[in-house]
Amino acid sequence: MSWIDLIGFGEQGRGGILLWAMGMTLAVTAASLCIGAALGAVVAAAKLSASRPARWLGDAYTTVFRGAPELLIIYLVYFGGSQAVTAVGRWLNYEGFLGLPSFLAGAVAVGLISGAYQAEVYRGAYQAVSRGELDAARSIGMGTLLRLRRILVPQILRFSLPGLGNVWQLSLKDSTLVSVTGLAELMRTSQIAAGSTKQYFLFFIVGGALYLVLTTLSDRVFNFAERRVARSFRHGLGRH
Amino acid sequence: MDFDIAFLFSTFIKLVEAVPMTLALFACSVSLGALFALGITYCRVSGGLLLSGFARAYVFVFRGSPLLIQMFLIYYGLGQFPAVRHSLFWPVLRDPFSCAVLALALCTAGYQAEIMRGGLQAVPAREIEAGRAAGMSGLLLFRRIIAPIAIRQALPAYSTEIILMVKSTALASLVTVWEVTGTAQRLISQTYRTMEVFLVATLIYLLINFIIVRLMALVEYRLSPHLRERPVTASHGGHQGEVHG
Repeated sequence: MSWIDLIGFGEQGRGGILLWAMGMTLAVTAASLCIGAALGAVVAAAKLSASRPARWLGDAYTTVFRGAPELLIIYLVYFGGSQAVTAVGRWLNYEGFLGLPSFLAGAVAVGLISGAYQAEVYRGAYQAVSRGELDAARSIGMGTLLRLRRILVPQILRFSLPGLGNVWQLSLKDSTLVSVTGLAELMRTSQIAAGSTKQYFLFFIVGGALYLVLTTLSDRVFNFAERRVARSFRHGLGRH
Repeated sequence: MDFDIAFLFSTFIKLVEAVPMTLALFACSVSLGALFALGITYCRVSGGLLLSGFARAYVFVFRGSPLLIQMFLIYYGLGQFPAVRHSLFWPVLRDPFSCAVLALALCTAGYQAEIMRGGLQAVPAREIEAGRAAGMSGLLLFRRIIAPIAIRQALPAYSTEIILMVKSTALASLVTVWEVTGTAQRLISQTYRTMEVFLVATLIYLLINFIIVRLMALVEYRLSPHLRERPVTASHGGHQGEVHG
């Protein structure tokens, strides 16, 4: 069988399953981006808050999850989560080991890491919002929530777009490590295809190329989004 | 979760025994990567169309694809070919440690090359012109004018990159090099005490990172004497507020 048959879409080909795996990689990365967005917003708020314990907790979070190796965090979530699930199972009279679903474990683990980076992105974006606008909003009588909704969030989202693009690329690469939990994403699928056909070189090259496609395409998407968003800045009042 | 000091301590001892392996991976791959990066930067900056095209392609491929797949490609992929197995390089490519170092170095070279290029671009043209006007050229110009400014500019990004490399050495455990993360994973599956082992391992990584950050800050301080305040002497006491640089 020639190599083109192996990666093609025929009966023996792995093309279809690799494309499916690419979708799984995108899904786990997107899920982790959402989890990370929620975590990142909370942690950024903690880091910017006036209370010292909250600031300390926020700093501790970003230090740990940016300082520890990604693989170690995946082990923490996968093994730790499975232990917790097993403990709950024992409590419900189920004997034996219960595993955390690998998609959930992967998304949470990459989400924890992404949350630490997103917190820094949001914090920077908050600091880029002009103080004058906040003062103006306060002076016409907007309350905290209204200020958040009308002044802060729209601008923070725009300012954080380039940073979020970087976080997305990081998460896309971190998602390869989720393969250790057995989730059939692109890395794991390339590995299985390589092992079962003994064509290691071929399938790792193909896997790598498909990752390049993903990173290049997402780069395009984020550049497009940034240009779209930049429109609202160019003619903005008080900005040049 | 019971707080078990004895267990934490024994975990710490076991993980610390793996620290030399992590540091060896880190030191070898960062220095080898820096050498590769110098070559790539040279191709990119002063090479012709062909060489700079190669440098661009290199950076695109190694920054755009994940490190794990690069490592597996080198460790499992190259060994597939009889030609490689019978070649001079087989002792190197058979060994998990050298494969891990090679993969880490090739990957970081892509990132380091971009950082070095950024540093070079930040050297003001007028500084180079001034150097030329003073009669410097070639290596002397590079050593006295270009390199000091470029290194100073690139240093903050460079420290970020090497901190990321400390974390990246963890992937070597997936090609059976027993460094800190691999050892931690083994301890977790033996004892099922995930949280404790994770905390101890993280503490070790944070300590390593902290030391590297301090060292890099020291280097940065040494390389930028012109940005510091002039030491105050008794006769010129009133100059503290002066802005330098």
